[in-house]
Amino acid sequence: METCDVLIVGAGVTGAAIARELSRYKLKIFLLEKEVEAAFGVSKSNSGIIHAGTQNPPSSLKGRLCVEGNRLIREELSKDLGLTFVQCGQLIVIFDLKDLPALEKIKKEGGELGVKGLEIVDRAWLDAREPNLGPEVKAALYAPTAGIVSPYRFVYALVENAAANGVELKTSHKVTAIRRVDEGGARFEVEAGGETYRTRFLVNAAGLFADEISALAGAPSFKITPRKGEEYLLDKKRGHLVNHIIFPLPSENSKGILIIKTSDGNPMIGPTAHETGDKADLSTTDEGLAEALAGARRMMPSISRGDIIAYFAGLRPACGRDFVIRREDAAPGLITAAGIQSPGLTAAPAIAVMAADILKTHGLGLEPKKEFHRLRPRPAHLFQIPPEETKRLIAKNPAYGDIVCRCEMVSAVEIRDAIKRGARTLDGVKFRTRAQSGRCHGGFCTTRIIKIMREELGLPVTEITKRGPGSELIKGERI
Amino acid sequence: MTERELVIVGGGPAGLAAALAAGEAGVKDILLIERDQHLGGILNQCIHTGFGLHRFKAELTGPEYADRFVKTVEKAPEIEVSLRSFAVKLTGDRVITYLKPGAMEEVKARAVILATGCRERTREMIPICGSRPAGVYPAGLAQKMINLEGWIPGKEAVIVGSGDIGLIMARRMTLEGMKVKAVIEIQKTTRGLTRNVVQCLEDYGIPLHLRHKILKITGRDRVEKVEVVRVDDNFAGIPRSGFEIRCDTVLISVGLIPENELLEMAGAQIDPKTNGPLSARVNFTSIPGIFVCGNAFRVYDLADNVSLDSESAGRSAAEYLGKGSADRGNLS
Repeated sequence: METCDVLIVGAGVTGAAIARELSRYKLKIFLLEKEVEAAFGVSKSNSGIIHAGTQNPPSSLKGRLCVEGNRLIREELSKDLGLTFVQCGQLIVIFDLKDLPALEKIKKEGGELGVKGLEIVDRAWLDAREPNLGPEVKAALYAPTAGIVSPYRFVYALVENAAANGVELKTSHKVTAIRRVDEGGARFEVEAGGETYRTRFLVNAAGLFADEISALAGAPSFKITPRKGEEYLLDKKRGHLVNHIIFPLPSENSKGILIIKTSDGNPMIGPTAHETGDKADLSTTDEGLAEALAGARRMMPSISRGDIIAYFAGLRPACGRDFVIRREDAAPGLITAAGIQSPGLTAAPAIAVMAADILKTHGLGLEPKKEFHRLRPRPAHLFQIPPEETKRLIAKNPAYGDIVCRCEMVSAVEIRDAIKRGARTLDGVKFRTRAQSGRCHGGFCTTRIIKIMREELGLPVTEITKRGPGSELIKGERI
Repeated sequence: MTERELVIVGGGPAGLAAALAAGEAGVKDILLIERDQHLGGILNQCIHTGFGLHRFKAELTGPEYADRFVKTVEKAPEIEVSLRSFAVKLTGDRVITYLKPGAMEEVKARAVILATGCRERTREMIPICGSRPAGVYPAGLAQKMINLEGWIPGKEAVIVGSGDIGLIMARRMTLEGMKVKAVIEIQKTTRGLTRNVVQCLEDYGIPLHLRHKILKITGRDRVEKVEVVRVDDNFAGIPRSGFEIRCDTVLISVGLIPENELLEMAGAQIDPKTNGPLSARVNFTSIPGIFVCGNAFRVYDLADNVSLDSESAGRSAAEYLGKGSADRGNLS
């Protein structure tokens, strides 16, 4: 039996940010994840947008936490955690000048929330800075503080830094039972991954499954409704198409189909937004593709189906219109961080601060550690650095010159480093390094990566998976 | 930066033939860079026979065919081979940057031949919707797994597309004890060679569904089944013609695309439809002194023809360098 002060359920961006925030203090913390790696739930399908903080009602949690999260990422975390944060800015475009008042309203509300630098820009401004916009676009609201990160590398950075500060990550630990106890300060006994944990405080950051965790803990007060979004990634060669994150004027239910330049340089179009009853439904559809293309092409007509090199779907863990962040009176000691859909990735660092405040208000002592390791060294990626730097790395370690993935230029060192940092699956290697995410989709490098994983993890190839048990890649081996 | 007369990128059938022909035509200083640890390229995983019928009047396997060239290249004093060497950049004035374990090299070439081959079209390019479980492989990757690594990817397979690699893999997987349940082809006729349809499908009783397509792949972690539907003349699914096939593996064999990212980087014109160089003459590009041969120029059916045309690329490069009989003035 393990005992701790705080047990966090869910190692997505919310749980990881809370773990990292709490790791500043003298606390014993466990971070449980049901999947085989962190970020393998809702977070892995995120677009990676760090929203400026517009388009949320000024009185909502989303509104306040998004602006604050944006500030924390821009001013602190991107440097501290070695993230690749590209502050490209966002545009909300309109197709009819009659919609200018709607843009004015977003600008006013954003300004009230503290979003800096909002500006309504005309077609001439757009022609100079976003030349591939279609003729239908008439004007836009420009928000310079928006940017983009790699969503999974953001989560990995948070988890790695939390771990460097003493948080214990337990993957493949699905919570199967929660009992209320009252012994030696512990209030919950949690069964997960065949182990028992006793904790004083329980933080529910379980994403799509937050309602189930809450019910297990005795607070069945909300329901998560998955809303599916399909995204379509374009070839890096088309990276020059777009310079900002481009939104249409939002509708009642959705921010609409966006054009995004991801932090790795590929443009991406999507996401769609459709409710689904199935928490495992990650399928893409012909209709979704048509919708994403039509939406994107209205803003940028030169985008074509032939540019698409990859696609995926994610589920937003929707729970009403706002985030649900609160203590649960029905289960003292339980803190909920649920319904963290867009702009959840942006808001996560601010959600973490808010969760820490709630914990403190309800009796958790937050005594700062003498030594908090604020900085996380940035992993080296050849695709991100200039040739002189590559030369220097190869001089230091010859294996940087040993290229495994040729589409994205990923060396053997990066693959091994990803595994040392926690990658256990082919997808985990892909998310950390980009190997297999280029135009050949792993056609050339998959066998080499599997062999490196076999070596580093000491597993037979038949046990190496794409994303965890059940997704084995090889069924038999001729020896 | 070192200087070279001729740099050839790629040590598969195209690069090997081009290097030998350039050497014979009088080029004395050739650097052949290959990203793998062996020469031979994709031929090394093609362990079936059918290579060399034209050229050597013998029925060879891919590795045997490659070996005939590799042995000669190894004996040629004018050709230096650099293995595990990965070209990352080419400029219009023919400076090539490549990485290898322990070094990043820059070399200025008087002429360049790109023999970079092709890549497979993927599931994402068709595209097939549904989930994205383990078990969906480009046919060439499955071939590499089975033939080079001895890994058997699954138990029951469906092959999408009747390209030659897919047909060859239908037979190969059957011989390895897998059950190949169907080959699905959207066109009215197969894309592969007739001899492969006969020898790889008909001889083993593997059903070929022409004018059909995969509607959807299902499976959370590993492929569980595919939905297949008949198509009309516009390739749209015909309602109520669908059926399901249970399988744990889907191979994609829907064509090949010339690899010309280096050429594109150098600023040459690329045909957006084929991804090959825009050129009126085989092996030539819009940049004088940069040649492209083999599957990087256009996708060939037979390795024998790759060798033949690539030899001509070697000679053209030699002519460009002032060797042989051609009048340079016409070319530059």
